[in-house]
Amino acid sequence: MKLLEYEAKEILAKYGVPTPKGGLATNATEARKIAQTLKPPVVVKAQVPVAGRGKAGGILFAESAEEVEKVAEKLLHTQIKGIPVRSVWIEEKVNAEMELYFGMTVDRLNKTYVVIGSTEGGMEIEEVAQKTPEKVLRFPVNPLYGFRPYHARQMAKRMGYSGSKLSTLANIFYGLYRAGIDYDAELIEMNPLVETSEGNFVAVDARIIVDDNALFRHPEYRERPLEGEFSPQEIEAAKNDLAYVKLDGDIGVIGNGAGLVMATLDAIQLYGGKPANFLDVGGGAPSDKIMAALRIVLSDPNVKALFINILGGITRCDEVARGVLQAKEKLGINKPMVIRLVGTNEEEGRRILAEVGIQVLDSMEEAARQVVEIVRRL
Amino acid sequence: MGIIVGKETKAIVQGITGTQGSFHTKLMLEYGTKIVAGTTPGKGGTTIHGVPVYDTVEEALEKHEANASIIFVPAPFAADAAMEALENGIKTVVMITEHIPIKDAINVMAYARQVGATIIGPNTPGIITPGECKLGIMPAHIFKPGKVGMVSRSGTLTYEIAAGLTKKQLGQSTCVGLGGDPVVGLSFIDVLKLFEKDSQTEAVALIGEIGGNLEELTAEYIAKEKYPKPVVAFIAGRTAPPGKRMGHAGAIIMGRAGTAETKIEAFKRAGVEVADKPSDVAAILERMLKR
Repeated sequence: MKLLEYEAKEILAKYGVPTPKGGLATNATEARKIAQTLKPPVVVKAQVPVAGRGKAGGILFAESAEEVEKVAEKLLHTQIKGIPVRSVWIEEKVNAEMELYFGMTVDRLNKTYVVIGSTEGGMEIEEVAQKTPEKVLRFPVNPLYGFRPYHARQMAKRMGYSGSKLSTLANIFYGLYRAGIDYDAELIEMNPLVETSEGNFVAVDARIIVDDNALFRHPEYRERPLEGEFSPQEIEAAKNDLAYVKLDGDIGVIGNGAGLVMATLDAIQLYGGKPANFLDVGGGAPSDKIMAALRIVLSDPNVKALFINILGGITRCDEVARGVLQAKEKLGINKPMVIRLVGTNEEEGRRILAEVGIQVLDSMEEAARQVVEIVRRL
Repeated sequence: MGIIVGKETKAIVQGITGTQGSFHTKLMLEYGTKIVAGTTPGKGGTTIHGVPVYDTVEEALEKHEANASIIFVPAPFAADAAMEALENGIKTVVMITEHIPIKDAINVMAYARQVGATIIGPNTPGIITPGECKLGIMPAHIFKPGKVGMVSRSGTLTYEIAAGLTKKQLGQSTCVGLGGDPVVGLSFIDVLKLFEKDSQTEAVALIGEIGGNLEELTAEYIAKEKYPKPVVAFIAGRTAPPGKRMGHAGAIIMGRAGTAETKIEAFKRAGVEVADKPSDVAAILERMLKR
C-alpha cells in the first residue's frame, strides 16, 4: 500500500527525521488557515500516491495565505495522473544547498533489504543509477544483525560528510531504516533529503510503500478503502479476493494461476488480439467466485468477448462450469465466450457446459486463436 | 534420482490439521510420499489420515526421523513455523503458504543460509520428483518420471508445460516451484547447478515471468559457465503493464526493470532458446533431445 507523502513524513518525524513545518487541508479555507501559521513562501502539494507529481502539476508555490487558498482550491479540483486530489499538504519552502537521496528497498537477489544513498537527490534514483552509477551507494543489510548506527555513519562518510553533520545525517539514516523495518516497508525513501543553506537536513519529500502482505500488523492502513490508483474493477476484485489488472484491449480474460493467466494474455497478443484485463481466480475457486470474476470482467464496457482458461489442479472444472452457468443465468451474458477447460473433473465440467450449448476446448493456444478470430469478425 | 527430494525423503507436515494441510497430506500419501508426522499447536495426540500429530516440531522429531518439512501454516505464523523446522535440524523446507510478509521471508532465508538448509517457496506449488516423492500441491497425474528438469516461478503454468512434456513422453526428473514472491529460497541458478549434477536430467525447462532480474542473471550464468545441458525458457508477462502486480507479489515491472523483453533478450543473447508459446517448450525439447 502506497502511503501519502504526509503520512510518510509523519512516520519519519516519529523516528527523529526533520521535515518541513506544515499541515494537511481537505478544503481551501483550511488551507488558508494552515498557511497563516507558516512562514512564506510555502509549497502546496497534492496528496496522491503517484511518483512524478511535480511534473504532473501537483506541486505549486504560493507567497501568501490568500494565494494558498486559491492554489489549494485549484489543486483540490484536479486529477493527477487520473487520481482525484482529496487533500493538500502545505509546508514551508526549504532553501536547498544540496539535495541528497536516502532510502531502503528489497534486494531480491541477495534476499535482504538494501539501503541506498546518493548525493544526487531530487531525481528518480533509477535514473541516477543508470547515468552515474558511481554516485549511488548500495549497502545490503545483513538480516541477522540489521543496519546499525555505525553503518549509517559509514554511509554518511562515504557521501562526503564529517564532523557534526556526519552525526546528524547518520541519525537520520538510522531513523529511516528503523521506520522501514517497523512499518514493513517494501520501499521507504526521502527524496530529496535537503541540506539547507543553514547546514540543517530536512526531508522535503518522502515515500513509503507498505508490504500488502504485512497489513495484518498495521491495522491502521488495513481498513482503508482503496481508491484513486485502482479502477472500480480492481477494487471490486480485491473485495472478492481475486487478482485483477485492467488492460486496454477488448478480450476479457479469466484463468487460474498468475503465470497461466499472464501466458494467456501473451497468447492472445501473439495471435493479434488485445486482452482487456488480467484476472486470476487463484486455486480451488468455487462456482460463486467464478461468477464474481465474470461479473467484474464484464463490467468493463470495452470487453467484446470472453476467454476462460482453466487448468484444474485444486480448481475443479465442474465448479468452474457451474459458475459460468450461474453467471449466464443471473447476469444474462450475451457476449461470445471461448472456454478452455482441462484437469480435475473435466468430463463433468464439459457435460454441464455442453447442455447449454457451450463448446469447450483442450488447447489454450487454439482457444486464444479462436477468441481473437471471433473479435476480429465482430 | 532427480534433485532435492526423492525416495529417501521423510517429511513432516506443519499445519497438518488445517483444510489445505489435511487435504494435501492425503494426496501426498496417496502419491507415495513418506509423511512421518504432522504438527499443529494444540492438536498434539490426534491423527490425520493415520499420521500422528504433535504440538511441536521438537516433539515430532523425538519420535520420528524426518529430513524435510512442508508448511501449510497461515501467513502470519508461517515464518515462525519455518524457523521452528530449521532450528530442529530439518534441511529441506517447502513453504506452500502465500502472502507471507517480505520481512518475514528475509529473516527465514537468512537463518536457512546460516544453518545450510534449503527453502522452497514461499508461495510455491512445491517440488516433485515423479514416481518418488511429491512435497507439494500439484496435480500428480500430470507428471511422469523422465528426463527434463523443470524450474519455475509459477504453479499452473508449470502444470501446463509439464503436461506437454508428459504427452511427448519426455517426462520430468524433478520439477521445482521457486515461488511467486519477491524473496524466495532458491534461484534459477541454484536449481540449474543441481540439475547439472543429476544424471537423470538431460535438459532443463525454465519458466520465468516478469519482475526482478533473476532471469537476466541466470542467462549470464548459462553463457559464462557454458552450461552443459540444453535449456529452453518460457517467460510469461509480455503484455504486462508497468507498476501492476500480476497476481504474484513478485510479478511486477518497476519502472523499466523486470520486463519480459529484457529477460527474453538476455536468454537469446546467452544462446538459450525461448519458446513463444507454452506448448513450444515440449516441442523444442523433443527436437533437441532427439539430436
